[in-house]
Amino acid sequence: MTVIAALPVRCVWSGDDRLLAAVVVCASLFLLIALVLPLGTLFLKSFEDQQGRFVGLANYVRYVETPGLADSLWNSLWTAGLTTALVVPSAFVFAYALTRSAMPGKGMFRAVALIPILAPSLLPALALIYLFGNQGFLRSWLFGGTIYGPLGIIVSQVFYTFPHALLILTAALSGTDARLYEAAEALRASRIRVMRTVTLPTARYGMVSAAFVVFTLVITDFGIPKVIGGSFSVLATEVYKQVVGQQNFQMGAVVGVVLMVPAIIAFAADQWAQRRQVAVVGARAVPYVPKPRPGRDWPLFAFCLLVSCLMLTLVGIAAWGSLIKFWPWNLSFTLDNYAFGNFISAGWGSWSNSIQLAFWTALVGAPLVFVFAYAMDRARVLGPVRDLARFLAVVPLAVPGLVLGIAYIFFFNAAANPLGFLYGTLGILVLNSMVHFYTVGHLASMTQLKSLDPEFESVSASLKVPIWRTFAAVTVPISLPVILDVAIYLFVNAMTTVSAVVFLYSPATMPASVAVVQMDEAGFASPAAAMATIILLTSAAVKGLHVRLDTHLSCRSQAWRRR
Amino acid sequence: MRRLLLAAACTFAFTASAEAQRTRLTVYTAFENDQLPVFKQAAERAVPGIEVVWVRDSTGIVTTRLLAEKDNPRADVIWGLSAFSLIRLEAENMLEPYTPKEAEALRPQFRSERNPMTWVGLDAFVAAVCFNTVVAQQRNLPKPATWTDLLNPAYRGLIAMPNPASSGTGLLTVAGWLGTKGEAPAWEFMTRLHDNIAVYTHSGSAPCNNAARGEYAIGITFDMRAVALRNQGAPIDIVVPADGVGFDLEAAAIHRGTRHLEAAKRLMDFAISKEAMELYGRYYALLGRADVQPTVQNYPPEFSQRLADVDFASVAANRDRILAEWARRFDGKSAPRN
Repeated sequence: MTVIAALPVRCVWSGDDRLLAAVVVCASLFLLIALVLPLGTLFLKSFEDQQGRFVGLANYVRYVETPGLADSLWNSLWTAGLTTALVVPSAFVFAYALTRSAMPGKGMFRAVALIPILAPSLLPALALIYLFGNQGFLRSWLFGGTIYGPLGIIVSQVFYTFPHALLILTAALSGTDARLYEAAEALRASRIRVMRTVTLPTARYGMVSAAFVVFTLVITDFGIPKVIGGSFSVLATEVYKQVVGQQNFQMGAVVGVVLMVPAIIAFAADQWAQRRQVAVVGARAVPYVPKPRPGRDWPLFAFCLLVSCLMLTLVGIAAWGSLIKFWPWNLSFTLDNYAFGNFISAGWGSWSNSIQLAFWTALVGAPLVFVFAYAMDRARVLGPVRDLARFLAVVPLAVPGLVLGIAYIFFFNAAANPLGFLYGTLGILVLNSMVHFYTVGHLASMTQLKSLDPEFESVSASLKVPIWRTFAAVTVPISLPVILDVAIYLFVNAMTTVSAVVFLYSPATMPASVAVVQMDEAGFASPAAAMATIILLTSAAVKGLHVRLDTHLSCRSQAWRRR
Repeated sequence: MRRLLLAAACTFAFTASAEAQRTRLTVYTAFENDQLPVFKQAAERAVPGIEVVWVRDSTGIVTTRLLAEKDNPRADVIWGLSAFSLIRLEAENMLEPYTPKEAEALRPQFRSERNPMTWVGLDAFVAAVCFNTVVAQQRNLPKPATWTDLLNPAYRGLIAMPNPASSGTGLLTVAGWLGTKGEAPAWEFMTRLHDNIAVYTHSGSAPCNNAARGEYAIGITFDMRAVALRNQGAPIDIVVPADGVGFDLEAAAIHRGTRHLEAAKRLMDFAISKEAMELYGRYYALLGRADVQPTVQNYPPEFSQRLADVDFASVAANRDRILAEWARRFDGKSAPRN
């Protein structure tokens, strides 16, 4: 092998290498234009004063001297840390139950656990206020404590991030080789030992990814602390204060840079985990089919039932809130809250805008994310470009939507930008949403690709089959469930996102999620809950279609895995 | 070059369609959603040949967008945005000077100091207090009549107030206190009020929304929001404190660089016309023209005598200093308390 590698002929790129290199370059260009350049134009401002003169690190010095900064940094870190510590283990157990047990009702549990992702973050926050606010039904449960502040933030964040972690962990746990378990059984390994030496190692990459996804989501999310955080200040609300409250783009950029630190740590950890990950689905792998074992299945069933009930309660309360006249004084039922035209001029039109936005984001985004992830994972040439692209792919997660939205104004609205025609159109909202939610789709695709043995490519190379045919005939069909997951993820997030698009929508493209926020601001809590419910139902309907499609596809494309 | 191409494309589009011959004016605004169709219809009737296309969001977001779009403006006219924001845009040289017809009919405080004017005031909204009567009864709370009344220890942990660093309403409230009480006593007052504050919110609407839902007994807010919530059926009393309230103007201006300057000027003429003022008078109790009487319902009638002496230019110039002082005193200990 070493002898061959030393031969000059090895340096000539094969057709496959050229193709993969081209895709890697495309991916880098895409991320450069849609992410790096916009953020760059904004971050340069962190070194300027308000008149645009270069001032070096003066803004950073001023920021460090700002009172309350240490508080908001510490608050962000500990709430995010605690949320991660709660979400990752419970999402792991949930994912484990879905993939490795024979409990009944898996499809239902899977669907219910994804509900939080389908709803705007205002929905659980409103529900928590109805339940535990100062007029809430269950206020006494808090023993005089308050829901406004860290408690409300953490509960809402757990609810909101759970499905994100579940998505990644399910992907990590579903790719496994049953032969490992058979071998373990034959060797009479104890269950704990199997868990420690087989299950956990195969899921390690997924767990690290999930932890950092959850951590950074909490750090960058601004909607939840705004609604239920009370005066508890976190980094994301600091950005809002600087940018929207005072139009101080320079300081906003400084806080944006501070928020990027988790992304860099995430990337380092990601790389570290990746080096330790081995492919678990070899070409000869056999999918694991769990056999019933009541002692394991029923406790897992009880756990999933509990989690699902909690989620349904929160959603149910909010849906109920959309049907009442004026909480908490007039609890009689009405459908008037759904006549959105009475509360906001865009009315139901904002709903169809959102559907178009979500549809295009999913349709364009999912194939793009997967093809790019494939090239980034399999390319053996252009190492530095490939590593750069991999880094850029995890950056969006750490960028608060607010920062991304304003960066888009500066970049795409610059008079000299040839892409300026996008500004004010649906196109810029689609591009923005694709980039904003790029990372989770990327990580899910990578997790899937890592679990596929590169042997597939080696074999096809030796058979002189071009890589794109292997990709189309083997990789895509095997990975279709994951690609669909990514598409649905993009769809539902584009339905619910507010923070970035609020700066980019035009009169003709106002999305429903922005309408929710505007109605809530105007004191129309029930109509806001109603629009949030409509968003939830739309996403749920699409998700329902997905589940049916997925079952159908699994029968057709995953049959080879079974024995 | 791109402008030229765009202009050519527009000309083509105009000749192609008869409907498109109307001039589309992109108007950035923070007017309330329910007012938009009313104002649009009246403007299009009064100024033939224009079409008003609204871009509406909260004051902070609209101002942020305008500043971020500065180098390649998208707005033709700004109609219905805080005077503090317009002074900020004026400083960035983003406003086209134009003195609209009948501008002399405006109250003196409702005009920009420049000549020709860079902006004109339309109506005013004032700081106000939402007082939840149901919670008050439950907790046996007296109804406040002045700002000083809010220092009553009975209100401890029951007051919500907008954070001036993130909300224009918060800023105008603080500016009012600084204007009526004087600098040092105002800070002393806020320090004592701080003990009663349950939460500093990010938006100016949130305190009254919360008071309306009974989350807190008292919300410091602006009058429009309070009246709107009361009309929705919220059990709140609206208090305009007798010891002087801060206020802010909603103003209008032409964005420098608009391609439809003539149409924009006609729209500005309309924005301060008697007819427009009568429309504002349906929603606001203090109008830019003294010769038009407001018709809005449920406003505390006595408030116009209670306006604080607010110097907009000076508040705008000192904003950074005021906010830094506010943050130094109150932000560091902003953890929630009960």
